[in-house]
Order: sequence, then C-alpha cells, then structure tokens
Amino acid sequence: MISIQNVSKTFGRVQAVRDVTLDIARGEFFSLLGASGSGKTTLLRMLAGFEGVTSGKIVIDGQPMQDTPPHLRPINMVFQNYAIFPHLNVRDNIAYGLRRLGTPKAEQARMVDAMLEMIALPGYGDRLATQLSGGQMQRVALARALILKPKVLLLDEPLGALDKQLREQMQLELRSLQRQLGITFVLVTHDQEEALTLSDRVAVMSNGQVIQVDTPSGLYDRPVNRQVAAFVGTMNFFDARIRAQGPDTSAEIAGLGRHPVAPSARRDGDRVLVAIRPEGFALSPQPPEGPGPRVAGRLMARQYLGGRQLLHVAVEGRAAPVAVAAVAHRGQDPWEGMEDNPVWLGWSRDAMTVLDAD
Amino acid sequence: MTPFDSDLRPAPAGRPSLAVGLRNRVHRSEALRGYLLLSPALAVLGVAIIAPLILLIVMSTWSMSGFDMLMTPGLGNYAIIASDPIYAALLGRSLKIAAIATAATVLLSYPVAYFVAFHVHRHKMLWLILLTLPFWTSYLMRIFAWRVVLGYEGVINSALMSLGLIEAPMQVFLYSQTAVTIALAHAWAAFAILPIYVSLEKIDKSYLEAAADLGDNAARRFWRITLPLSLPGVVAAFFLMFIPTVGDYVTAAMLGGPDGMMVGNLIQAQFGPINDWPMGAALALVMTLAVAVAGLAFLLLTRMIRR
Ligand SMILES: Nc1ncnc2c1ncn2[C@@H]1O[C@H](COP(=O)(O)OP(=O)(O)OP(=O)(O)O)[C@@H](O)[C@H]1O
Ligand SMILES: [Mg+2]
Repeated sequence: MISIQNVSKTFGRVQAVRDVTLDIARGEFFSLLGASGSGKTTLLRMLAGFEGVTSGKIVIDGQPMQDTPPHLRPINMVFQNYAIFPHLNVRDNIAYGLRRLGTPKAEQARMVDAMLEMIALPGYGDRLATQLSGGQMQRVALARALILKPKVLLLDEPLGALDKQLREQMQLELRSLQRQLGITFVLVTHDQEEALTLSDRVAVMSNGQVIQVDTPSGLYDRPVNRQVAAFVGTMNFFDARIRAQGPDTSAEIAGLGRHPVAPSARRDGDRVLVAIRPEGFALSPQPPEGPGPRVAGRLMARQYLGGRQLLHVAVEGRAAPVAVAAVAHRGQDPWEGMEDNPVWLGWSRDAMTVLDAD
Repeated sequence: MTPFDSDLRPAPAGRPSLAVGLRNRVHRSEALRGYLLLSPALAVLGVAIIAPLILLIVMSTWSMSGFDMLMTPGLGNYAIIASDPIYAALLGRSLKIAAIATAATVLLSYPVAYFVAFHVHRHKMLWLILLTLPFWTSYLMRIFAWRVVLGYEGVINSALMSLGLIEAPMQVFLYSQTAVTIALAHAWAAFAILPIYVSLEKIDKSYLEAAADLGDNAARRFWRITLPLSLPGVVAAFFLMFIPTVGDYVTAAMLGGPDGMMVGNLIQAQFGPINDWPMGAALALVMTLAVAVAGLAFLLLTRMIRR
C-alpha cells in the first residue's frame, strides 16, 4: 500500500530522516515510535506531501508520489493540534472535503450525521469549533478526514493532548474504528505503550533512522539493540563476553555466571550485552528445581505496581540490582517483609537476548 | 499562598479600613477593574468626543442672521440640506470617492500584506517599517508631489508625450476625482496593509495544510480559509480608511478641482469663508450619520460573505 524507498530529508544541516525504507500493507495499523526529534513527524509529512523528499521515493497504492501535491494524494491526516477550522462549525468542518466534490447537499448532510453518530457527538453539529474540548476536537478531526474515505489515514500524536483516561478510551475507539473501516492507519507516537497496544507493526525510529520494524511482541521479545530494548518496556542489561563458538556457544555474564546461549556469528571473546525482561526471571526463596540456569541473590526492595510488582534483587558481580516481575497477591504476598533475605533467580535460555555491546 | 490571599481573608477584628475595603472590592469585581483600566480612555472620550458632539448637535439647530448667530433651536439647516440637491450630491460623491479609494487601497494592500505575512521569512520588521515610508514626509508635501506627477506639464503627461503616445498634455489626471482617489490610496496604504497583515500573520499554517490535505488546491484554500480568517483585518482596514476619507478636504482641495470637491470642503467653507457655523455643524452631523450607515451596510455585507 505504502512503499517508502531509501527516503532521506535534510533541513539545512539537520538530517531529519536518513535512508528510511519501509513497506506498509493495506489495512495495517502501523506506528512510528521514537523519541522527540527522531524524525517521525517529518516522515509523516513527507507521506502527506507537506515536505518534499531530499532523496528516495514514496509510492502509495502503486503511484509514485514525489510530484503529487498534498491535495491530490489519496491520504488524509489528523494533525497534532487538530487544526479544526475556527470559523466553521462542527458540521461544516466535517463536511469540508465533501463540499468540493459536489456531493448532493442531502447526501452530504446524511454523511455528516453518520459521522457525528460514529464519533459519538450527535447534536454537536452547530457548535463552533472553538467551543469544543480537546477530546471532542480530536474526534472532529478524525471525522473530517474519514468522511473522505481515504486509502490511508495519517495520525500525528493524535492523543498526545488528552488526559490518561480519555487517551485510553480513544485508543480503543481508534483501534476498533480501524478494524471496522479497514483503512491503513499510520500513527506517530512517542508513547511506547500506545504503539504496542494499537499497532499491527511498529517502526522504532532514532536519529532519523528506522532501527527496527516488527510486531509489538517481536519488538518486546526480540529487540535488535539496546536502544529498542530500553525504549519498549523495562529491561535488564548485563555486560557479557562470548565464550566458545558453534553449537556450544555460551556467554560469561556479569552477575549471572557462564551459561549457554543461542549460537550466532559472534566469536569467542566478543563483548556483548545480554538482555532479560523482568518477566524472564522466576524468583524463589529456595534453589529452583530442574536444570535451568540460576543464581543466588538478595532481595533489596519491592516496587508495587498494582496487581504486579517489581522485585529488585542484588547479585554478586553486578552493581545495579536485577528487576524481576512478580504477581502481587493481595493479602498473602509471599514477598511481603522478605527484604534483605537470600533468594534465588532462575531463568531459561530463551529468556536471554544477546545484543551487540555499544 | 498567593499575594492576593491576604486581601481575600475576612478583615481582622474591628472595622476594616476604607482603603482595604475598596481594594477588596476592586480585586473581586472584574468589571470594576476593567472600568478602572478604561477610565483614562473614558475621560478623554468624554472631554474630547462626547462634549464636542453635544455642542455640535446643539449648534446645528441654531441659525445665522447676517453675522449674528441666532440661538433659537430649529431644524432649518436640516431642511435646507434635505431640499437643496447640491448637498446630497456632494455627500454622495464624497461617499463614492471614499468608497472607491478605500476599496482600491484595500484591494492593493491585500497582496502586499499577504506577501509580507507568508513569503517574507527574514527581516519582517524591516519590511513593515519600509511600508510606512510614505509617512516620513508631510502629507502636504506628498500632495504637492502628486501635483507634479499628475499635472498639465507633469511627469505622466511628459512621459506619454515623449513616448509619442499623446500629442498634447491630457487634462484628466489633475483636478479630477481620479487624482483624489490616487492620492488617497497612496496616503492610506500603510493603514490598510498593517491590520490585514496582522490578521494574516495570525493564521495558523496548519489550517492551510489541513485544507490542502482535505483536497483544496491553492485557490480554494485562499477562498475558504485565508480570506475568511483575515476578514477582520480587511474590515478594520476598511473602517480605518473609509471613515476619515469621507470627511477629508485637503486632498480634494488640492487635487480635486471643482469636479473633485467633497463634502469636507463644504463643511470647511461653512466654518471659514462662508461663516455659517450652524450649517457647518448640521452638515458635519449629516455626514457622520451617512458614514455610520455606510459602515453598517459594509459590515452586513461582510457578514453575508462569511456565511
Ligand atoms: N522545518 C524544519 N526546519 C528545520 N529543521 C526541522 C524542521 N522540521 C523538523 N526539523 C528537525 O528535524 C528533526 C526531526 O524532527 P521531527 O519533527 O520529525 O521529530 P519528531 O520525531 O516528530 O519529534 P517530536 O516527537 O518531538 O514531535 C529535528 O531535529 C527537528 O529539529
Ligand atoms: Mg512530531
């Protein structure tokens, strides 16, 4: 549906987007995730046509787009500040794109009513745009774009200005809307949780580059480097060194000892990072049974997160404590008052992700 | 705790002092605070506008007998104005010249303001200062300059003759309504450009991008977004120029000739050589009323455009 081929964008001396190549499928909910200034908005604006590409190619639905001005692209956008026209009422805002198409008046009115219904703002048609709340404006912006039945909808941090509760509600609504309409959504966000909950696939951007494109679970379970791993969820990183090669590759991990890892192209003596999610560990007061890797430590602190908790365990040979996720049982928590007691950390080989050291 | 808290607390035992009571009241009542801020302006308004206006209204009901002013009230002056077609004609011409000059000025100023607002990215301030350059010389100087440019042996006629386009100098330029219109437009350009510029500058660029995104080309974006959103500036420019130009008499006296005479000249004559102040007052009031009506009509027109 959308093919971005080696696209770069330079503003003066700033390289906002560097050599990005992405393919977005029809009907996909795709997110661009990255820290502030990583080039997400710039990439989105190039898709919409508000910025030209410095080099590279953008193809939408088989049509190369470089010479197509924004108003002729089969794309609509929800702006970060919504850009609801202040001199028009809600109804005229939503119907804005229809007016030009010469749709019969009655048909227009019917479509606008349907949209107002869909965004749960019936009866708001005659309100002036300036009399709306942030969440309502966001819905109007959405309706204004969707009424044109675009092939692709671009959303630039559409939920950024909303409070947490409304944001979560709108996330659900966005997702079900997208499923229902089957339109390709490209969402820009710097909220990893939002990207993970909404998207079919996520591109993680940093410094103008795409560093990983994957499904949410792929990003979580198989991050390609420390940056992605740290950006998505909580992660324990361990300095490590590869020992031996081939089928019996293992790693000497600071604080955890030497353990077999998946074979790779890395060689004996290479410095690496071993990453393990807090859920990758199992904590027990006694040495765990079975053959898996294990290490003794001491419970330092508990961090209650509502329903679950993070237990911080100090191990020898490592300065920072290891974060371990556990269920927080109400009333009968086995870890209650266990601070400063010895504990055992167990994990499996699959829980370890070996990354390049940086 | 904010500095205001102390004022909002109930007064300590005993009667609050008058000053504290007053201060409390001022803090509490937003309307009162507003009026306090306005009071200097209101004072000026009262002394410099309301009082003279009342004087003018009263005087317009008087009449002249020889060199003496008769202070018996009556509507004689208004009756004369209503019956003698010369007054209506002059008033109509004044409104027409002012309207044409204002419309021309606003029309010419809009692109300039648009250019500075959207296409000048650096040194905007310099551009704006340059736009006020005509004001750096006195108005009379500029009018004399126009006489030189438009005159019988002036720049335009000489140029046209040396180009062989005309054989004898043309009379049409100077001492005509055209001359007055041109000079007025030139004089007021900055007053029209600045408010339009301000209203254009305020337009968030994302509105235009959103309109493009929704399928409008550049021309449609202008008609549907830029123009309606800059309309307040256009209206301001219109009033800023139209109201004073209706009553202008210097320009008409210097460049208009008999054909370009405006109601302002007539009023000036009543207070000067003719020495009929009551008539002058009546004429001035009628003119003010006409301007108000014309302005209202214009406002209604723009309302309709916005729909
Ligand atoms: N019009 C511009 N002129 C010059 N530099 C720009 C322009 N637009 C963006 N940049 C630069 O390009 C880089 C990427 O900006 P961009 O707006 O794409 O980041 P972003 O990922 O959307 O960040 P945020 O999450 O803060 O919105 C930044 O360094 C920014 O300063
Ligand atoms: Mg951005």
